[in-house]
Order: sequence, then structure tokens, then C-alpha cells
Amino acid sequence: MNALSLARWQFAITTVYHFIFVPITIGSGFLVAGFQTAWYRTNKDKYLRATKFFGKLFLINFAIGVVTGIVQEFQFGMNWSAYSRFVGDIFGAPLAMEGLLAFFLESTFLGLWIFGWDRLPKKLHLASIWLAATGTLLSAYFILAANSFMQHPTGYILNATRGRAELTNIVTVLTQKTALSAFFHVIPSAFLASGALFAGVGAWLMLKEKDVEVARPAMKMGAITIIISFLLVVVSGDFSARVMTQQQPMKMAAAEGLYDSKASAPFSLLTIGSLDGSHAVFQIGIPSLLSVMSTGKTDGVVEGVNDLEKQYDKQYGNDSYTPVIWLAYWSFRLMIGFGGLALLLAGYMLWRMRKGGLPKSKWFNRAAITMPFLPLIGISFGWIFTESARQPWIVFGLFKTKDAVSPTVGAGSVAFTMIVFTLLYGVLAVIEFGLMAKTIKMGPQPAVEGSDANDGKQLTMAY
Amino acid sequence: MSLNSFWFTLIVVLWVGYFILEGFDFGVGILLKVVAKNQAERRAVLTTLGPVWDGNEVWLLVAGGATFAAFPEWYATLFSGFYLPLFLILVSLIVRGVSFEYRSKYGKAQWRNRWDNAIVISSFLPALLWGVAFANIIEGVPLKKTPAGIIEYAGGFFNLLNPYALLGGATTLLLFISHGAFFLALKTEGEIRNRANSIGQKAGLATAVAALAFFGWTAASVNHRGWVLLGAAVAVVFWLAALGANFKGREGYAFLFSALTTGFTVITLFATLYPNVMPSSLLSDASLNIFNASSTHYTLKVMTYVAVVLTPIVLIYQGWTYWVFRKRVNPNQIASADSGILDTVQ
Repeated sequence: MNALSLARWQFAITTVYHFIFVPITIGSGFLVAGFQTAWYRTNKDKYLRATKFFGKLFLINFAIGVVTGIVQEFQFGMNWSAYSRFVGDIFGAPLAMEGLLAFFLESTFLGLWIFGWDRLPKKLHLASIWLAATGTLLSAYFILAANSFMQHPTGYILNATRGRAELTNIVTVLTQKTALSAFFHVIPSAFLASGALFAGVGAWLMLKEKDVEVARPAMKMGAITIIISFLLVVVSGDFSARVMTQQQPMKMAAAEGLYDSKASAPFSLLTIGSLDGSHAVFQIGIPSLLSVMSTGKTDGVVEGVNDLEKQYDKQYGNDSYTPVIWLAYWSFRLMIGFGGLALLLAGYMLWRMRKGGLPKSKWFNRAAITMPFLPLIGISFGWIFTESARQPWIVFGLFKTKDAVSPTVGAGSVAFTMIVFTLLYGVLAVIEFGLMAKTIKMGPQPAVEGSDANDGKQLTMAY
Repeated sequence: MSLNSFWFTLIVVLWVGYFILEGFDFGVGILLKVVAKNQAERRAVLTTLGPVWDGNEVWLLVAGGATFAAFPEWYATLFSGFYLPLFLILVSLIVRGVSFEYRSKYGKAQWRNRWDNAIVISSFLPALLWGVAFANIIEGVPLKKTPAGIIEYAGGFFNLLNPYALLGGATTLLLFISHGAFFLALKTEGEIRNRANSIGQKAGLATAVAALAFFGWTAASVNHRGWVLLGAAVAVVFWLAALGANFKGREGYAFLFSALTTGFTVITLFATLYPNVMPSSLLSDASLNIFNASSTHYTLKVMTYVAVVLTPIVLIYQGWTYWVFRKRVNPNQIASADSGILDTVQ
């Protein structure tokens, strides 16, 4: 493999790995804050136990999200220096804003929350977790705005002399509909994943009869979060699909395995392409659904891969503008499928919990343990889809991935760093998973409420 | 002052903040096994960092992000050029952050020992490598202009390990160890405090020797010799004040003056560069400076508004955190220090 393919693999590995932890961080921060608010308002011990228990899970997860985020920030300069030069004038701004506005907020107030149980007044301590959670939300917003420039560049001009894109309107970059639709798609999906974690863990506690007082609100909060989030994910997903069809028709065509332009295009349930990827051999679909998704009309015309390829050859010069179709096609479906599975489980759970009931079936409670993984898998496929189906572009229509890699970094260096990072990520994942599992197995612990309990002689929280 | 100079200054400020704050984090990490002999002491030492280390590290992320936004050419050339040292720093920061969070979860000696070793090594490496990297920037590295007019790093990994750079690395390493010792003496009680005080004195003297050699070499080889000598003189005075305060057991002053020394050293070194940001050791027209490396005026303007509004707010709430956790940590305050929260029997 050459430096380019290695750098692409490294980016994919780091980013997908990082984003396993991110959704749980974003959603769980708010859900833990919810439990703590319930405790603050009602003073019921079960909510304090829930806050501490889910707080522990949140922090074990957060640690890896933070440290892999550092690599995210620097890998553009390390492996993608040509890209950094080309877009730095635009792309760097949201990254710097993310640092100043989001990272400081998140890290400082999380530190205050973790260690502040006996140092801060209750209200201020509660405010800390809300501020830390808000930090994660802001962080997501800025990085999605930066990513959206890669999907749909806007608010810039090309400077031919310096060979780069230059910012002309920061407001456009931060508020274009690509960024907003991505934000309203990614954030609910993060809540979906966190809701699934809470519901799944709650179900497990129920199965083991660990702390039913905590298990019940956890399941309920989790299941409700999943259902609301899923609705928002569907609405914003639908909007995103339309934005994507306008801005990156090739991506939509690839997602659907639609080789030739069609009016009243069906939504494919199964398409098998020919070996060279130029046409469909076999297809089952729902009539006209794709046209509705992409254009809002049942008889709307959706452009196909082959027609777009011809059009791009003329527009941008002869090259291949077709992404890997099977990857786009399947990752798009797996994204939707895994999210949907989590919804089904949540729906059933909530149905059985109505009127004070409980989902008693052991079979269901076992299945529910898989819940936390389902949305995370779905989200990973979502990113694999949206990034891979933009190829060959790194910035759509402006800059190709093959031109973006660092010219001075050899394949050996990229291979070496990729192997070390991957091994390190693997080891950390095993440790992280072990700690999460152990924490869940121990279940919520009797709560010690800070200084009242020991006259301030002992620290409630120490490393 | 042009916006380009303003952003150069702001990036200097970010590095000053980073080295003062994560500098003592690194020092504390390196000294973990030396100053703390039992589990209660180790946990007390780590608890001094607990609420603040992550916020301290954000200064690096913001320095990186600000460099990307304001001087993309600098960001691209530096990070692709200093590839392996930066990679080692990143691996260290990954391991370090996770070690802090995970090491006390279990009480098992082997589990804790491994994480402790990880903390020592992953604090040691960046403390050394940042000095190596910055000394290289000051001294100038082989930069070439490609036919397309892009300035790229033309050296290899081993170019970066030259004697001057290694002296720079030794200087930051010793400086951070002393800085960390002063911080620990200020933030702990009992035996740790005494040990930190005495380590601070010894490491402080070693730092003085390394720093004088480093400043001397720098003054002999770079532009702006007057700046170097003036800055070095101020840094030396601050350092003597830090050592004197530490000797008298005035820990707050010792830490304050070592922070000032760190800050002045960073400012002095950057001042020798100005208006360059990465001088080329090959050809002067292949140097990156605050003009040919910069973003457009518009981007700088936008980022100036953002920085001017947000930086003071950040300073206030981060400073407030230090105020909230101002109390010294005593090993006696650590309940059941030998067991972790995930041990089945507590």
C-alpha cells in the first residue's frame, strides 16, 4: 500500500474509533445531568445512586473519547498537510472555535463535577455537569460545520495564486443547511445511542434484580430518549437526504445502487450490482420511495451513477467519480437498520412498562443488553457511508483525496504510526470494555453524599 | 500591530499557557513514584492533578487549532515535518490521560503499578520532546520550496535529534520536573511536601545549568541576540527567586516564579523567531513567516473577534477552578487507598 491508502486507513480507523465514544459522551452527559437534576429537585436517594452509577460509566467512556480527540485534531497536519494548506483558511476557524468555546468548557466543568462533590454548593455542582454536557454539544456543532464544508463547500473563493480556498463568509460556513441538517441528525443519534445504553443497562439490572429503584427510571429514561431521538433522526435524515441529493447526487445514487437516472425511482431493498459496478443485475424495491426521499415528489427524477459519471467527466476532467457502490449501498442500509432495531426494542420495553409494569421476559431482557451496541454500529456505518461515498473528493468538487495527503511523509512512517495507534486503540478498547462491564456488574452503590458523610475529613473523590 | 503579529502573539500566549500548566502536570507525572511511596501518597499526588489536567491539556489543542486557523502553512509544515516526535507525543498523551482515569479503579498492585509506570513514561516523553521540537524550530530546520511554491520540511527524523535540540529537550524536561515539584510542595501535606521541596531544589539547580547552556548556545546562533540575552536575564532572575522561595519553604512564590520563568522562556524563544515562524536552515526565502504562512485578513479578523471575546472568559473560569481546589491534599484524606471502586470487597 502507498502512503495515500495508508493515510486513508489511518484516518478511517482513528475517526470510527473516536466516534464510538463520542455519541455516548454527548448523550450520557445530558442524561446524567437529568438524573442529578431529579435528585436536586426531589432529594430522593435513588436518583443520586443513578447519577453516580451512570456518571461512572460516562467517565470511563469519556476518557477514551478525549484522548483520541487529540489525534483527530493533529492528524490533518500530520497525514494530510496538502489538505491543511488548501482548506486551512476556512477549516481551521471552526476547529479553533471548538477548542476555545467547547473543549475548555467541557474539560474544566467536568473536572469541577468529578472532584467538586464536596467542594461546590449543590446548585453549582449541578450546573457543572450541564455546562460540561453543553460543551460536548458545541464541540459537535463546530466539527460538523467543518465537515460540512467538505461535503458542500460554501462561503469561500478560490485563490489560484496561492492554490487554496479562502474564507469569505464565516456565517455561511457555520449556518449552511448541510451543517444544520448534519447537527440535527448526529445529535439525536448520539442521544439514541446513550438512551440505548441507559435502557440496556437498566434492563440488565432488572434481570439481575440489582437495584430496581434505579433500573426502572433508567429503562424509562432510556426508552423515551430512544423514541424521541429516533423520530428526530428520521426527520433530519429525510431532510439530509434531500440536501444530499441536491449537493452530492452521486452519493445518493451510490446509496441506492441507482445506476441510471430514473423518474419515480424505487427505494431499493436489495440491489445486486454487476462485477464491474456499472449496472444492476437484480433489484427489489419500494416503488417511487427514493424519488420521494430525494425530491419530495413521487415522480421526481433521481440521477443515476452512470449519468453523473459522464457529467463529472466533462465538468471536472476525465477521472473516476464513482465511489465504492457496494460500500455506500450497504453502509446506508446498515445505518438505518441498526438504528431501527434499537427503536423496536425500546418500543417494546416502553409498552411493557406502561401502568407501572415491567418487561419481565428474560428473553427480552437478554436481547436488551445488546441495545447499547446497535445505535453505535448504525452511527459508524453512517459515517463510513457519508465519508466514503463522497470519494474521490475530500472537499466535494474542489479537492481530491489523492492530492490531499502529506507529500513529505513516507508510506513507512504512516504504516508505523497506523500500526501503533491501532494496537493501542485495541488494548484500550479491551480495558475500557472490561471496566464498563465491571461497573455495570457491581451495579449502583449506596450513595455517599460528600462532606455531610465524613465531616470533610476525607475526600469524596480522589484519583 | 498587524493582525498577523497579533496572531503570532496570541499563539505565543497559548504556548505560554500550555507549558506553564501542562508543564507542572508532566513534572508531577514524572515524579509520581519518587515523591509518593505508598498508595495513599500516590493517590494524593494524582488528586492534585485530577480536576485540572484535562483543562490544562486543552491549551495544546487550542494552540494547534489556532495555528491551523491563523497560520495553516505553519500547521501543515510543522506537523507533517515533525511527524515522529509529534506521534510519540500523541501516543504519550493518549496513554497518560487514560492512566489517570483508570489506575485507581482496582486495588491490585500489578494493575496500579503498570498504570503508574505508564504515567511516568508518558509524562517524561512529551516533557523532553516539546523541548526538542521547539529547539529545532528556533534553530531552523531544512525547509525547501517546491516548484509549486510550497514550503515543505526536507529533513528526516534524525535531523531533529541534533545536540542543540537535545539540550533544549533536557532543559524543558528539567524545568518541568522542578515546576512539578514546586506545584506538589504547594498542593500537598506531609512527607510528599518535604520530598517535593527537596527534589525541587536539586532539579532546580540542574535546570539552571541546562538553561544557561541552552540560552548561551541560542544567543550564539540566532538572530535578535539582544532579545535572547535580555529574556534569558529575566528568566534567570525569576528562576533564582523560585529557588530562593523554595529554599525558604515559601511554596506559593516558588511556584509563581517557576511559572514566570517558564512563561518568559517561551516568550524569549518565540521573540527570536519573529517575524519568522519556522526559519529554514537552507535558504532564507524558504522560511515560513507570519505573512507567507498566514490565513487571509478576513479569517484573522473573524478569529480575532472570537479570541478577544472568549479568552478572558476561559481564563476566568479556569482560574476559578484552581481557586475551588486550592486546598492542599493530604494522603490521610484518601479513604481506603489500597482498594479501588471496582474491587468487589471494599
